[in-house]
Amino acid sequence: MASTSYTMTTHRSPSLLRIRGLTVNYGDPAPPALQQVNLDISRGETVGILGESGSGKSTLALSVLGLLPKKAQVEGSICLEGQDLLQADESGLAAVRGDKIAMIFQEPSLSLSPVMRVGDQIAEVIRAHRKATREQQKQAVEAALREIGFSDVDRIYRAYPHQLSGGELHRVAIAQALVCRPNLVIADEATRSLDATLQTEVLHALRDSQGKLGSALIFITHNPALLAGFADRVVVMYAGRIVEEAAVTAFFRKPLHPYSKGLLQLIPSALPYSGFVRQERLPAIPGSLTVSDHWTHGCAFEPRCFARTDSCRKESPEQTEIEGTRRVSCFNYGN
Amino acid sequence: MGTDAAAKRGLSPAIMKVRGLSKRFVQRTPFSHKKFAIDALVDVEMDIAPGCVTALVGESGSGKSTLANCLAMLERADSGEIWFEGQEISRWKDRQLAPLRSKIQMVFQDSAGALNPRFSAARIIEEPLEIQNREHGAGLRGRACEVLAEVGLLPEWAERSPLELSGGQRQRLAIGRAIGLKPALLILDESLSGLDLSTQAQILNLLLDLKQTHALTYLLISHDLSLVGQIADFVGVMQHGGIVEFGAAPQVLGSPRHDETRRLLASARGLESAYRTARAGGRA
Amino acid sequence: MKFLERRLLHAILLLIGASLLCFLFSTLAPGSYFDEMKLNPQISSATVAALRSQYGLDQPLPLRYEHWVKSVLHGEWGYSFAYNLPVRGLVVVRARNTLLLTSLAAALAWLIAIPLGVWTASRPGQWEDRLSMAGTSFLLSVPELVVALGLLYCVIRTHALPVGGMVSADHDSLGLWGRVRDLSAHLIVPVATLVLASLPILIRHVRASMMEVLQAPFIQSARGHGIGRMTLLFRYALPAAANPLISLFGLSVAGLLSGSLLVEVISGWPGLGPLLLEACLSRDFYVVVGVVTASTLFMILGSLLADVMLAMADPRVRMDNV
Repeated sequence: MASTSYTMTTHRSPSLLRIRGLTVNYGDPAPPALQQVNLDISRGETVGILGESGSGKSTLALSVLGLLPKKAQVEGSICLEGQDLLQADESGLAAVRGDKIAMIFQEPSLSLSPVMRVGDQIAEVIRAHRKATREQQKQAVEAALREIGFSDVDRIYRAYPHQLSGGELHRVAIAQALVCRPNLVIADEATRSLDATLQTEVLHALRDSQGKLGSALIFITHNPALLAGFADRVVVMYAGRIVEEAAVTAFFRKPLHPYSKGLLQLIPSALPYSGFVRQERLPAIPGSLTVSDHWTHGCAFEPRCFARTDSCRKESPEQTEIEGTRRVSCFNYGN
Repeated sequence: MGTDAAAKRGLSPAIMKVRGLSKRFVQRTPFSHKKFAIDALVDVEMDIAPGCVTALVGESGSGKSTLANCLAMLERADSGEIWFEGQEISRWKDRQLAPLRSKIQMVFQDSAGALNPRFSAARIIEEPLEIQNREHGAGLRGRACEVLAEVGLLPEWAERSPLELSGGQRQRLAIGRAIGLKPALLILDESLSGLDLSTQAQILNLLLDLKQTHALTYLLISHDLSLVGQIADFVGVMQHGGIVEFGAAPQVLGSPRHDETRRLLASARGLESAYRTARAGGRA
Repeated sequence: MKFLERRLLHAILLLIGASLLCFLFSTLAPGSYFDEMKLNPQISSATVAALRSQYGLDQPLPLRYEHWVKSVLHGEWGYSFAYNLPVRGLVVVRARNTLLLTSLAAALAWLIAIPLGVWTASRPGQWEDRLSMAGTSFLLSVPELVVALGLLYCVIRTHALPVGGMVSADHDSLGLWGRVRDLSAHLIVPVATLVLASLPILIRHVRASMMEVLQAPFIQSARGHGIGRMTLLFRYALPAAANPLISLFGLSVAGLLSGSLLVEVISGWPGLGPLLLEACLSRDFYVVVGVVTASTLFMILGSLLADVMLAMADPRVRMDNV
């Protein structure tokens, strides 16, 4: 099994979140959702977590906040400023959620209560973490809404979710996450299914607020194109493990893991001035992640890999650190 | 390839023609007489060339899905004409439309909602075949298995419920259900949104293969311009219920004439340029 | 106000329908009030016939119905043969007694059911939930009649409470506090029966609705923002779970006049129940029609209340600006 030693020194700023040896299991028939995940998040940085369904990215997000279902068996440690969140009890976690670490869920129309006014829902988050009068709460909510770019703050405060457009709802969800000035924001597929205009709007809103607050951001997505020009670092997950980690420019210029290479090939390369290039066929990564892939002794990506060799099926590749700023788990990286 | 299609268009008649299609939704609040009218479609005009991929793009709320539903005869427009294979079908009764339905099929965005969770995958393929009296008995199951293989679902998935399938597998099943009837026109309403990038690519390849094998015509509704740019022959841009620009893909996407087209392209390009900069090694 | 107009029309049609049917069945039922007198040899059949015509009982049905409707519109609901009083005064007094009983029981039942339902929904499968499920199953399977008799038996045996009637004989001579205590003592058995009879359904509905809402993504999201448990249950989940419960509440209101007949008769509470029973048995025609119409009116009001409350409570139903 991979060791838990992890000595990446990419970042000189102090570490905000340290995850060591995080393993999540749901009981025997189900495959392990996360296996020996090590990750550091520094203050103020934006980390993009890239992975498809089943890669464990959402499980990672939920474990940080202690929101996994009761039957999940969790091992390892998640240390936030010295406190191990996996050892904390429910009230300890409730104090952290929304205050130190906040999460933006995928569909704001589903993650907001349909029968409460949007402003009240943001106020509830304040009420849960701060001693403030009703008036102070209201002012804090209005300030948060203004910061996120709303001009008609009054209308938004009093609106119910079904009265707002998709873009407005996304911004409300961001305001709700940021209202208590958390140190870390986790956005779990916050832009899935959105059209390009809304996507860029949400990304800009996130980046602006993050810049103002100085909070770290973990941006979880399946689409690498969103991370270019947005993230500082890219972490690629597959079948519950981290298979590659690199600074964003290094990643896009030269992806090392075959899975990363496959993903980046799918981003349409537009020729300037003459529109898009029509394809006859896309260079899709063949196959898909199956349950048995999780259990294999070898590399989980091996069945779909174009660079596979015999050793890939027998052993799971350990992490290799490169130049102290990148790591990759592959026998044949760079080929 | 685009120019070939345009030439083909001149030679063979459009498989579907839409003229002056309009639809308005009226809503009423429960306790007062106030009514809101929403013009979902305003005087839509369009031709769908056979054997090609025609794409409809536009923001949410521009009317793309309403148009798709009207063309699939799932909703009735208030006014206008729809010509399919030379016949005007917009005023046909349900009884008359029944045999036509196998020729126009639709794949939706949310397959979990569009597939009956109580049926097995094989049964989902069989059902329309049975209703349209194409097959019976053992032939029915055989044909279903053929279709499942064609869309890339292994035989072991045949007895599973759609709930047990992944998003990509569900879309394959939905596509299988649609092509089982050997349709002429397949309407894909945001069928690729919400899928992982890698799955999207696989499904796209499947669709392109099927189009080749079965000589299908596609109407692709999507908000993803980069996706559309890769596979469409013709592109229509919708805004506020109307088609503001329509033409061959290289023209519409390469030299757009309408502001809305330019705006959509700018957003798509925004992400693109960041990506290209990163690829080249700089920071945006 | 298209909605209210339509409901008003429905209400009128329903009242006409109910009262007409009642008229019809009462007339079709053999005999009349005065038939008892026929058994008395001292009263001649001519007297009986004269009495019948005096009260208009020999007129054809449509005519009688028309007269009744006209007098109802003037505020007169007919005349009770047995009590020798106008029906309206009689029904109003009895209805007041019934309402006292049923509204108290309904309020208590809801006040118990909501917290209990919410609490067991938040701990599915734990001992609180299992105990509550077992308890409600038991209560559901025991008929209201048996509950009433059981409670009466306990009370009689232990002499703990007065039995029968609404007040004791010396009620008027007691002071204010004495009168309240006396009334309460008499209320306990019938109210307890009604509460025990309606509680299981309410608890189960609250629990089921809450459990469904607690699965929703927005609850998980609120939890992810650090919202506390009590706030989650009562400020987030319960309002979202309220829709089916509001309809149920409407049914509670609708049944305020008609749901307690059995309990009133058995525990001797002087409400509409015993009045209706006596009137049916003695063919006191206009009392029967009056009570049935009054009950129907309450049902209509109850269901209207439920619909209005639903529209007001669920912002998705109210579309102020789209």
